[in-house]
Amino acid sequence: MSEVSRVLHEPWPSVERQKLAVTFGMWVFIASEVLFFGGLFLAYTIYRHLDAEAFKAAARETEVVYGATNTAVLLTSSLTMAMAVKASQEGLRRMTLWCLTATVALGVAFLVIKGFEYHSDLEKGLWPGPGFPLHPAATQLFWAFYWIATGIHAVHLTVGIGIVSVVTLELKRGTLPVEATRFDGVALYWHLVDTIWIFLLPMVYLIGRS
Amino acid sequence: MSDAALIYVRHRDKEESYLQHCHTLWSWITTTDHKRIGILYALSITFFFFIGGLAIGAVRLELMFPHGEFLSDDAYNRLFTLHGIVMVWFFLVPSIPTTLGNFLLPMMIGARDVAFPRLNLVSWYIFIVGACFAIFSIVAGGVDTGWTFYTPLSTMFSNGAVISAAAGVFIVGFSSIATGVNFITTVHLLRAPGMTWFRLPLFVWSIYATSLVMVLATPVLAMSLLLVIAERWLGMPIFNPANGGDPILFQHLFWFYSHPAVYIMVLPAMGVVSEVFACFARRRVFGYSMMVYAMMAIAVIGFFVWGHHMFVSGQSQYANFVFSFLSFMVAVPSAIKVFNWTATLYRGQITFEAPLIYSLGFLGLFTVGGLTGLFLASVPIDVHVTDTYFVVAHFHYIMVGGSVSAFFAGLHFWWPKVTGRLYSEAWARFAAIVMFLGFNTTFMPQFIMGYGGMPRRYHVYPPEFQIWHVMSSVGAVVLFVAYTLPLIYLTWSLFYGKKAGANPWEATGLEWQTASPPPKDNFKTLPRVKAPPYRYHPDREAPDAENREPETMQGDMT
Repeated sequence: MSEVSRVLHEPWPSVERQKLAVTFGMWVFIASEVLFFGGLFLAYTIYRHLDAEAFKAAARETEVVYGATNTAVLLTSSLTMAMAVKASQEGLRRMTLWCLTATVALGVAFLVIKGFEYHSDLEKGLWPGPGFPLHPAATQLFWAFYWIATGIHAVHLTVGIGIVSVVTLELKRGTLPVEATRFDGVALYWHLVDTIWIFLLPMVYLIGRS
Repeated sequence: MSDAALIYVRHRDKEESYLQHCHTLWSWITTTDHKRIGILYALSITFFFFIGGLAIGAVRLELMFPHGEFLSDDAYNRLFTLHGIVMVWFFLVPSIPTTLGNFLLPMMIGARDVAFPRLNLVSWYIFIVGACFAIFSIVAGGVDTGWTFYTPLSTMFSNGAVISAAAGVFIVGFSSIATGVNFITTVHLLRAPGMTWFRLPLFVWSIYATSLVMVLATPVLAMSLLLVIAERWLGMPIFNPANGGDPILFQHLFWFYSHPAVYIMVLPAMGVVSEVFACFARRRVFGYSMMVYAMMAIAVIGFFVWGHHMFVSGQSQYANFVFSFLSFMVAVPSAIKVFNWTATLYRGQITFEAPLIYSLGFLGLFTVGGLTGLFLASVPIDVHVTDTYFVVAHFHYIMVGGSVSAFFAGLHFWWPKVTGRLYSEAWARFAAIVMFLGFNTTFMPQFIMGYGGMPRRYHVYPPEFQIWHVMSSVGAVVLFVAYTLPLIYLTWSLFYGKKAGANPWEATGLEWQTASPPPKDNFKTLPRVKAPPYRYHPDREAPDAENREPETMQGDMT
């Protein structure tokens, strides 16, 4: 009974129901996130349609090596996250801990690589404004979207790293039992961040190289 | 361990209400009780209601004179912008869902709390953080863009505190999203045994529909404001035509949220008056299932009409045609609701308590607002009256005449439940009537001068419009009195009001089957639902109010 009272919270009658609510609530939030990025992607699509050549020219300047590496890193982090969920369902506490730690490490690795990429972009002067190296002017639109979209994605990832770190620490200290219902929700959020990146990859790195 | 053994054991003190549970300030600002969070929200939005009201008071005073007597052009612009931003995002959008919705939704479906109680508290803190940004932008000199933040004014030319204001609205949006996620999950997963979807009270349906709109529309506003901030702060030329950007794109993104936002404001109002009409006419709501479908239809169609704000923006004639058609379409479910409320009242055993008077005010004012909305959905008329006071009057009839009247109806209807006290019925009726008269005195002249060509947002105007402006300003004074009166007599009732008892209106909902004020866990034993809502009297011809038959409660509490 003591395990149950640690897992179960007000106002839920059973752990199963509570678990259902966590994933359900997260799916509803994901719907909201889809509309959030949807607004940005819509604007991107319209401008790319209006200035296709400028977008191609601008996208050729992105660092595809960094982008490809980061895609691999992030997809691997989703794998470790999925393994963490499975391990928690099986009650394997140590395995869960290791998988969550690996997920956090991969997330941080993504941000570090992204930092190097940003540094390289800035060296080339690709921040929109006076003296922008590319022409025509609409290339600046592409780079504006580059900075905003990857920036918002990085913020989402940072939030994800924070949440997963907290869960990992609580699990390690024992304040959170491995049966806790929140792993599924955390994992769903992590996969959302990953999925957004899968959309960003072609929009940012591939369109200039077709 | 089997789940059968996972029975939750509660320790519940007998007869201790949620107000008596703990008295410290700390216990209030760390509460996860949906009822207390509702009250935290109520105090917050009341503060903003009066801030927004003071701003428009100064504007109306200024508009009594055609040439501008007190304010500079710039101060005038900042005041009406302040009014718009505060009233839309810090009062109207959160008004009914976060106060009455928070308080009542779990009780009406027979639950002990919302699905995620801590997220509920977090949403209030997000609201407060957003509010701090908004207050900072006021203190920092205000914003002169109007509440719509249109580009390129907001991104390139305005010299106000646009970034902090937009950031405030951005942040407060996430409080809406959190509330929406919470309510949707609550309605799906926490209904009491027997509370099927088509036994839900219409107020619950309205909050559910509103939550869907909140969750799906608000993020688009968040993104469009983020783009404005990125352009203004970081120099990203998103909407700058010099770099191939399109300012009209901002309008599309903005109205994709801000038209559905009208339904965020008015759907909960529809839910409130449905409860009130049924109770004070002692009748079932006429056409219950049609009411449900109509609300969902409004929520869905509401997503596809945003272009009617942009008839003069240069969008294509074909787009205008489609948006015009869809805007007419959204009037159909609205009209169904108006007719059904009327039919609910027909042959009812009506008694004119204050909540009903407020609701009748809603019915009339919403109808006027809705019908003038049809004028505006029609492209030729809209081109004629775009950006005039006709538009201002139209949306105030919906949002103030409609939503605010309904908010007061709900506030009065559930006040005995929330506080356990009865207010002065005579004063409440008086205030309701004053509100109706004051509202019409304020906004009816605006239809006339708007049709005559008086543009909105203008500081100086031709003298022939002065008579209408003076009438409108006088009405605003009456309205101010009507809004202040409840503040006085409701506060008075907290200390001197009669004890209300569990069910002072003899209403049938689950929320009336527990003590007033309710215990911390809402119900001593969770109810089982055995019947549809609104079992007031049978559909056949009924005796008059004195000889009325007893109602049947919705829940089985044993």
